[in-house]
Amino acid sequence: MIEIQLNGEPLEVPDQATIAVLLNQLSVTGKRLAVEVNEDIVPRSCHDEYKLNPGDRVEVVHAIGGG
Amino acid sequence: MSEESKNRLPEDKPLVIDGKVYSSRLLVGTGKYRDLTETGHAIETSCAEIVTVAVRRSNIGQNPDEPNLLDVISPDRYTILPNTAGCYSAKEAVRTCKLARELLDGHNLVKLEVLGDEKTLYPNMTETLIAAEELIKDGFKVMVYCTDDPLLAKRLEEMGCIAIMPLGAPIGSGLGIQNRYNIRLIVENAKVPVLVDAGVGTASDATIAMELGCDGVLMNTAIALAQDPIRMARAMRLAIEAGRDSYLAGRMPKKLYASASSPLDGMFF
Repeated sequence: MIEIQLNGEPLEVPDQATIAVLLNQLSVTGKRLAVEVNEDIVPRSCHDEYKLNPGDRVEVVHAIGGG
Repeated sequence: MSEESKNRLPEDKPLVIDGKVYSSRLLVGTGKYRDLTETGHAIETSCAEIVTVAVRRSNIGQNPDEPNLLDVISPDRYTILPNTAGCYSAKEAVRTCKLARELLDGHNLVKLEVLGDEKTLYPNMTETLIAAEELIKDGFKVMVYCTDDPLLAKRLEEMGCIAIMPLGAPIGSGLGIQNRYNIRLIVENAKVPVLVDAGVGTASDATIAMELGCDGVLMNTAIALAQDPIRMARAMRLAIEAGRDSYLAGRMPKKLYASASSPLDGMFF
C-alpha cells in the first residue's frame, strides 16, 4: 500500500493504483467529478492509466450550489 | 396590455453570450437554498437559462447516494456557469476554472471572480486582470465579475472578456445598485454584454439595473434568502422584463414642476 493525500486527508491505496482504482475504492466511479494530482488536471480519458505515487496530493471536486 | 397589442411591439435583440442566444436576461446562482428541491423549483420559476455553480471538494464517503446539483440543474437544459467564488488570487482562480472545465467535459465558459477581502468580498482587480489574461490565453470564455470602474471594465473587454459583470453592491448585501452613473457609463462604453452581478436585494433593484441599459442581471441571495424564494424568483423574472421594456421604451423627461395630464381646453368653468 502507499499513502496519498486525498482532499487534504491521508489515504492508503494499493501500490500501482490508478485514478480509476482510487475512484472505484471511493465508490464514486461514473459520478460527475474532476480530478487533479499535484495541482495538474488528470483528464477523465487518462484515469485508467494514471498511476498514483506515494505522497501525491489528489483533489476530487464536484459542482455545488454557488452564486 | 393584451397579448395582441404586445405582439405588435418590435422584437428586442436577444442576449447573446458566447454565440448562444438567450431569451432570459436573468442569470441565477444556486447557493444558500434550503435543499436541492427548492433550488430546482426556484430556478425553474425564474426562467433563467444560465445558472452558476461553485467547484468544491467532494464529500467522499459521506452520503454516496446524495443527489448531485447537476442532476437537478441539468447541463443539457441549462448553461452551467462555474464560478471562482472563494478565490483570493489569480492562481487559485485559474486552477478552479481548469477543474470546472474538466468537470463539465470541456465546457469553457466561466465566471471569473477574484476576491479582495472577506468582509466586503470586493473584487481584487489586479488579480482579476492577471487571471483573465491567463484564462483567455488558455481558451476560456471569461465572464468577469469586477468593480464598477468604467476604465477597468473597458480594459477587461479589450483583453477579450466576453461579458462584463460589475457589482451593484457587495455580494450578498442586498443593498441595490449603489452607483447607477458608473453602471450607465460601463453600459455606454461596452460592446459586450454588461450584467450586474451582486448587490440586488429585491425586485425593484433588478428593474433599476435593466433600466440603466444592462443586458442582464445575475443574482443569488435575493432569491434564495427571500421568505418565499419561489415567489421571489417569479418577481425577479417579471422585474427583469419590466426593466428591459422600460429601458427600450425610453422614460419621460424629469421635470421640476407639474404638468397636467388632462387637457385645459374645453373646461366649463
